[in-house]
Amino acid sequence: MNAYTGQIVNFFAALLLLIAFAMLAQRRIISLINLFALQGLALVGSTLTVALATAQTHLMYSAAITLVLKVAVLPYILHRLIRRLNVKWDIETLINIPTMMLIGIGLVIFAFNLALPISQFSASIARGTLGIALACVLLSFLMMITRSKAVPQVIGFLAMENGLFFAATSATYGMPMVVELGIALDVLVGMVILGVFMFQIREQFDSLDIHHLEKLKED
Amino acid sequence: MDALPPLLLLFVCPLAGSLALALLGAGNRAPELNVAFSLATFAASVWLTVDIISGGSVVVFDDQFFVDPLNVFLVALTAFVGLTTSLFSRPYMRIERERGRMTAGRLRLYHSMYQAFMCTMLLALTTNNMGILWVAMEAATLATVLLVSVYRTAASLEAAWKYFILCGVGIAQALFGTILLYFAAERVLGAEGNALLWTHLNLVKGHLEPAIMSLAFVFLLVGYGTKVGLVPLHNWLPDAHAEGPTPISAVLSGLLLNVALYCVIRMKVLTDGALGTHFAGNMMMGFGLLSVVVAAFFLSRQKDIKRMFAYSSIEHMGLMTFAFGMGGPIANFAGLLHMTVHSLIKSAIFFAVGHAAQKAGTQVMEDIRGLMKQSPTVGWGLLLGTIAILGMPPFGVFASEFLILTTAMREHAWATPFLLLALGVAFAAVFGRVQSMVFGDSSVKPLAHQPALVPVFVHLGLGLMLGLYIPPYLARWYEQAAKLIG
Repeated sequence: MNAYTGQIVNFFAALLLLIAFAMLAQRRIISLINLFALQGLALVGSTLTVALATAQTHLMYSAAITLVLKVAVLPYILHRLIRRLNVKWDIETLINIPTMMLIGIGLVIFAFNLALPISQFSASIARGTLGIALACVLLSFLMMITRSKAVPQVIGFLAMENGLFFAATSATYGMPMVVELGIALDVLVGMVILGVFMFQIREQFDSLDIHHLEKLKED
Repeated sequence: MDALPPLLLLFVCPLAGSLALALLGAGNRAPELNVAFSLATFAASVWLTVDIISGGSVVVFDDQFFVDPLNVFLVALTAFVGLTTSLFSRPYMRIERERGRMTAGRLRLYHSMYQAFMCTMLLALTTNNMGILWVAMEAATLATVLLVSVYRTAASLEAAWKYFILCGVGIAQALFGTILLYFAAERVLGAEGNALLWTHLNLVKGHLEPAIMSLAFVFLLVGYGTKVGLVPLHNWLPDAHAEGPTPISAVLSGLLLNVALYCVIRMKVLTDGALGTHFAGNMMMGFGLLSVVVAAFFLSRQKDIKRMFAYSSIEHMGLMTFAFGMGGPIANFAGLLHMTVHSLIKSAIFFAVGHAAQKAGTQVMEDIRGLMKQSPTVGWGLLLGTIAILGMPPFGVFASEFLILTTAMREHAWATPFLLLALGVAFAAVFGRVQSMVFGDSSVKPLAHQPALVPVFVHLGLGLMLGLYIPPYLARWYEQAAKLIG
């Protein structure tokens, strides 16, 4: 543990936030998946730094789980999925990227304000980053709302999970192991189910555009 | 350690059922196997209940599981409705298969996921770890997503997608709440695996940091509230209920919503202890009241019969949330009673509705006519169920709504007009519709298989009994549970 640890964690946190913004503006599905993998890598970096600085062995394990799950397995499944679904080179038309960025900045300010009063209670060396974690969650949420295709929505969902995981390491030193394993299992199963599900959507509508899924409305 | 064998059985039965039904596939005996596994689960839950009634609360497996009067009553209810729903789904799914809506592969998925869903709910109810509780709730969503879309129609895919995304986002908020809870707990209990155990948290709840706990509660209420179907987070619920197969609508309405509310209640106990104010209760009352009123007005606009009863579920869940929000022994007692009778009666209604929709070949209410003439049992089941759910005496819903209303009048008089108005609007909306479906000239056809109506009348009978007479041991049990909630 030295003066640099906090700096390194802050660096990774900043990287996470930056990637969250990049995802918000990214239109290519394949780049979106790569950004997601990169975000996972930044997460591994920050978790590992905290783990080494505080000698918490269970954080090492959770860094390893993150590495396997979020940097390797999930991006692999996503890549396979878009190849099989033939949407690899799809580009989404996003309107109003500048407006979205502005809303995003507003969300970050909101998240920082919300996290400020409680992060002072944290004993973690990464306590300053709780606001960033919450901001990542909210930005991914914004991404899910604004996307109209199924795959980017799912990536938004997974990115939100990244933000939550980061919150767990910045507020505390990670959740208990059994809980973390359970969450990882849920994410993996959820991904598989979503994969099956997208084929069903595709079979029914010949497209993965969520606009087809807006028939059920109250009259 | 007495409670260990039944508790183990409680998980092993549905888990084994899920695996067995996935491997064996949809042979002719699959529905019977499904019933058999549900029966075994129910037997285990009865065993557990008897143990708890005679021996009091227990913790097992290094405190990882915790059974007290509050959750054992929900375990028994869950296993019971799980059993009757499996009985109902036997002829229902046969008919669906002959209509070409289900195939062998889909039936295999359905049976296997049905058991997996029961397992996750029982895990959520009995675990002592607030983190595992989250994992189990998420797993329950995952188990039912593919069931909602099992018909593969455009509408059912949309409903399942909405269900997955909205509940996924909701449950992510709950995870953030759980992280904050752990954050607060870690400062008191230390950074061990035990810091998320509810029994341990309950002992030190006075020392948990109020600022963190109030934020954690807000996130958890929003998160699990999405699953309870509280307005304005309810959007997924009518779609998922209307487009999925009817047995799934019955277990979603009758069981999953209860389990989600149970999560909120557990968290409320901790938050109340930490804050020493009525903050959590006020939030719950606000959301609850909004749900009751909004759902009541949406009820009158529905055309699809299952959608209408889905909105009725939102209304009743809102009422329960309001009751638990008020707190105190009487309101909690009423909330628990309402939970029980709503589960029983709403699932009974869905059983009757399922067969009625099969007879009419549609879920559109205008096209369902004269059920009574063609098959009096389905007609009476639907009519009596509707009367019961609308809070007419002598059914149990009347008793619990009466208790909730009188408590509200005494403690929060401002809320009573809203509640009365909503109940009145709901009555007018639902009763008018059901009346024209039940009476008049018949437009419906007979079914290919004998419908399963025993579960309907067993549920209605129990709902009637709870309205007239609550057995003393059950009353004591409710009182103990009500006291635990505080």
